[in-house]
Amino acid sequence: MLLEINPLVLPDPGLLIWSTLAFLILLFVLGKFAWKPIMKAIGEREKGINEAIASAEKIKAEMAQLQSDNEKLLVQAREERAQILNEAKAIKDKIIAEAKEQAKTEAAKIMAETQQAIENQKMAAVVDLKNQVGNLVIEVSEKVLRRELLNKAQQETYIKELANDIKLN
Amino acid sequence: MVAVFSLFICFYSNASFSQDHEPNHGTGAQNEAKHGEEGDFDVTGFILDHVRDHHSWHLWGHTSIPLPVIIKTDKGFETFSSAKLSNEHHEPVIYNGNYPYKLVEGKIRIMNADGTVDEEASKKVFDISITKNVVSLFLTVILLILIFTSVANAYKKRGVKSAPKGFQSFIEPIILFVRDEVAKPYLGHQYARYMPFLLTIFFFIWINNLLGLVPFFPGGANLSGNIAFTLALALFTFVIVNVNGKKDYWKHIFWMPGLPTLMKIFLMPIELLGVFIKPISLTIRLFANITAGHILVMSLISLIFIFKSVAASAMAVPFTVFISVIELLVGFLQAFIFAMLSALYIGMAIEEHHDHHEDIPVI
Repeated sequence: MLLEINPLVLPDPGLLIWSTLAFLILLFVLGKFAWKPIMKAIGEREKGINEAIASAEKIKAEMAQLQSDNEKLLVQAREERAQILNEAKAIKDKIIAEAKEQAKTEAAKIMAETQQAIENQKMAAVVDLKNQVGNLVIEVSEKVLRRELLNKAQQETYIKELANDIKLN
Repeated sequence: MVAVFSLFICFYSNASFSQDHEPNHGTGAQNEAKHGEEGDFDVTGFILDHVRDHHSWHLWGHTSIPLPVIIKTDKGFETFSSAKLSNEHHEPVIYNGNYPYKLVEGKIRIMNADGTVDEEASKKVFDISITKNVVSLFLTVILLILIFTSVANAYKKRGVKSAPKGFQSFIEPIILFVRDEVAKPYLGHQYARYMPFLLTIFFFIWINNLLGLVPFFPGGANLSGNIAFTLALALFTFVIVNVNGKKDYWKHIFWMPGLPTLMKIFLMPIELLGVFIKPISLTIRLFANITAGHILVMSLISLIFIFKSVAASAMAVPFTVFISVIELLVGFLQAFIFAMLSALYIGMAIEEHHDHHEDIPVI
């Protein structure tokens, strides 16, 4: 038999006993002083890491939420700005238009008043002129009537003279 | 590996039967003369000498550490130094204790007056000596306790939240590997209860595999390649499996559910055999793998002496280095496989079956 011949495959009872004893001691000592604290520490750290990852994820989600909120706000602000700008532009246009209108009416009014004044002045001048002409005619007529009685020829030259005078005036 | 090993066993058992039994009947001088004729170098003897256990720890040349011999005979316990079993030339001599003892093939035998082995009386010798393997065993136990208590202290000192540092950072991934790849897949939510056993058995086997690869003093003992050692470890798995086995485990062994009665009766002895084959397979797998590795390395080194030429080392040394590197891998792999299969067997025993149609593999 192979098993009987070869000492290699025959378990030596001495070593078997020592191995069992050694393994029992090792199992006890390591179990109490090594595996227990090590496994506990590893477990705690993994728990800590998991918690840290979870909280990081939460913060990330919050950040994303904040960012989207910000973006929303930004879009809203942009819209508001555009609206305000449009309104301002409309107001500006309106004001300009109103001012233009007002200026136009004001100018028209001034023009009308001016024209009135000119007309009045003109009328006064014409009246004045008429009066003067009337006076002059009366004067001339007076003089003519006076001279006529004296000299006919002289009268004529005199009239010419008078006429020339009028022209000069 | 197993195939290579079994080839070696066949080769060796034949060779040893013809060679190594002869010196029992002859004297030392005749033995040496015979070896001289054959070419000065006995390869199988050399390899077996390395692979087996010793009563003293050979350091170099003619220097070795004698170890205490503890034997029990029908005259009670007896303790003496192994130095008394050999002379200054390292040849076995007779020591007269309660009986005349002599080392024959590394085993303590009782001699007859005419110089032959008294087989009847020798059977009564119960040897629990502190042999080379036992010393190596104690060394690894001390080493492991030192390593892992210091690692545990590192956790206490450095706190839980900080990253591992130094040796702690080397050990931690391996512990996590055992937990995530060995314990959790096979034991499920009950893994924490068996973690101490799996971690201890994994690191115990691994460190012994590694020390076995070291050719000089603290290493060099072929402990994890010794069948008594692997048997002791497999027995632990066997006990844990059967002590923790649930009702379903025993039911599947003795009365496999969901099968015809005839088949149940037929399967019962097979399943029962499986209970014992599991630890035996664990024993032989580890023993054979590690021993095969040692034999391979020693055989390659022996090539130099077989060819009696230094030039042979040009081929033998790179091959030895190559195989040694593979053995490093095998050392880790076998520790992992032992722990993994232990976890698998425990997992199968503690599993609560809900589906009675699934089948349990025998081995």
